[in-house]
Amino acid sequence: MTLDSETGTASRGRLFGADASAAHPSPARAFAAVLGRDIFVTAKELPSFLAQTLLQPFFFLLVFVVVLGRSGFVSPEYGSIMLPGLLALNAVFGALQSVAFPLVFEFSWSREIEDRLLAPMPIPLVAVEKIVFAALRGLLASVLMVPIGLLMVDVSWPPSGLLPGFVMVVLGALLGATMGMVIGTAVPPRRINILFAVIFTPLLFTGSVQYPWSTLSDLQWFQVLSALNPLTYVSEGIRASLVPQVPHLSLALCLLVTVVAIVVFALLGIRGFLRRALD
Amino acid sequence: MTNGPAVEVQDLVKRYPKSPGNAVDGLSFTVERGEVFGLLGPNGAGKTTTVGVLTTRVLPTGGRARVAGLDVVSDAVAVRSRLAVVPQRVNLDRSLSVRNNLIFHAAYHGVGRAERRRRADALLERMGLADKPDALIDTLSGGQSQRLMIARGLMHRPEVLFLDEPSTGLDPQARLFVHDQVRELKAEGVTIVLTTHDMDEAAKLSDRVGIVDHGALLALDTPAGLIRSLPGRATVEVTVVPGEGTAGDLVTALSGLAGVERVEQLAAAPGGPSEGMPPWPSAGGAGGLAVSPAPAAPAAPALDTLRLRLYVDADPAALLGPVVALLGTREAQVSDVSLGEPSLEDVFISLTGRDLR
Repeated sequence: MTLDSETGTASRGRLFGADASAAHPSPARAFAAVLGRDIFVTAKELPSFLAQTLLQPFFFLLVFVVVLGRSGFVSPEYGSIMLPGLLALNAVFGALQSVAFPLVFEFSWSREIEDRLLAPMPIPLVAVEKIVFAALRGLLASVLMVPIGLLMVDVSWPPSGLLPGFVMVVLGALLGATMGMVIGTAVPPRRINILFAVIFTPLLFTGSVQYPWSTLSDLQWFQVLSALNPLTYVSEGIRASLVPQVPHLSLALCLLVTVVAIVVFALLGIRGFLRRALD
Repeated sequence: MTNGPAVEVQDLVKRYPKSPGNAVDGLSFTVERGEVFGLLGPNGAGKTTTVGVLTTRVLPTGGRARVAGLDVVSDAVAVRSRLAVVPQRVNLDRSLSVRNNLIFHAAYHGVGRAERRRRADALLERMGLADKPDALIDTLSGGQSQRLMIARGLMHRPEVLFLDEPSTGLDPQARLFVHDQVRELKAEGVTIVLTTHDMDEAAKLSDRVGIVDHGALLALDTPAGLIRSLPGRATVEVTVVPGEGTAGDLVTALSGLAGVERVEQLAAAPGGPSEGMPPWPSAGGAGGLAVSPAPAAPAAPALDTLRLRLYVDADPAALLGPVVALLGTREAQVSDVSLGEPSLEDVFISLTGRDLR
């Protein structure tokens, strides 16, 4: 069989001219090319990507820190609590939205995914590419938030916290990407409008973005609810790294829960992707 | 080119979960390299599922399928680099320009940078899209999208090209262009698997046609062979002014000719070709061929004109001589003769029935 296919390639080379040997399909090359396509498209649409990821957290800071802080309704330290939460939010939601919405559309209306499913790479690798690309967008959304935050909030982050903080942001981006893969393959296109109301809003407000989790001890039902949201561990992990003076969950616990959640959602998401991609 | 067929399907079975029956039910066929193979069937017959299995998008429940000698399940990745799919519905990348759709597709398939640019420009030229390399996908017409999808499929030089309903919804010019491309690709040695329910298209393009219904193969032959397999579907119609004998005598005499299955007397309309007869020799169409004798028909007295239809199981043209000769010996005056060939559509309907799906 190997011999057959080799002679096949050789005679095709003659048929199409000497250049036919120019193609070297391999899963690694296909993966790189598909990722290259996604990066190319994002670069082309950079302004809309920036608006999509930075406007909401900017207004959060503007209202809760600048506007409310000015009149004393919110304490001046609130900004230092909220900024790490917004970094977590941008990493997780930036990645989640980069995979969930496109997937719902590509599997139904546009069918754009078909050309990638026919690329010479295993189908799970197509799903992994989606996760990697979405995580890159989440990471970018979070990192770009830093200079905006520094301009609006008085912060003094300990240099020793920068590396663990960055690790938590990377993990948060991966978490959002794998959650997005689960949502994007589980939600039928007819139901895409419920994504916002039923999934995004609860995730957004129970993820310890706007409050430190430990301060909820007198509001136990909400504390339990927040503990069930994986975003909590990203927010708390970033706070543990950047604002250790604020009460927080231990960094080790945050790392552990986030990594476990990434693995679980990745497996579920890839399984869902295979179910949608193959009949 | 190489040993072994381009596509091999063996006892293929596909059952979707929660479905009462098998979508594909023990299908077997083979497509030779360089062949244009037409897969015909009513909606829901199992064509799309079969092509889905062959293009590695549908996992078979049973049986085996190979493309370019490779198993579509265990060697799916290698199979994908040997085939291309032109779907019925547009699935172009709307975030990319026309030319970048081609270039990125080639990149997925590992074609080098300079080579993919060269191929993209050549294919845009060939598909009549050279003037819109930077156009957005949403601005393309149906025909242009179709051509771009064919071009995209050819970017990685596939061995087998799957065309799903290639001319559905296209205007005649676009349809002819696609047909020309299919012939050119065949000349270049590309194997083409065509699914369609356009009978003329299937008969025109395919070397062989497989008719599928309820997930099973009903017939497989060349278009001509399939048509030949329909006995008594070809017809010879004659309009005569009977001489000595009665109409009944002529019918009896004609029924006795070798190759004639039965003779039917049609309602005659006075004066020339009667109702239902094409006034002109119809070129192509349903395959009817009218032969008008010179001088023209109106010479006959209208009153006694008789129209007879002979159902024959042989080539109707070969019966023309004996029929005219026999009528001549009876001194019947022939004013019009037309031959009716069965079409692939007749074969299709006779195999799959007239029920709506």
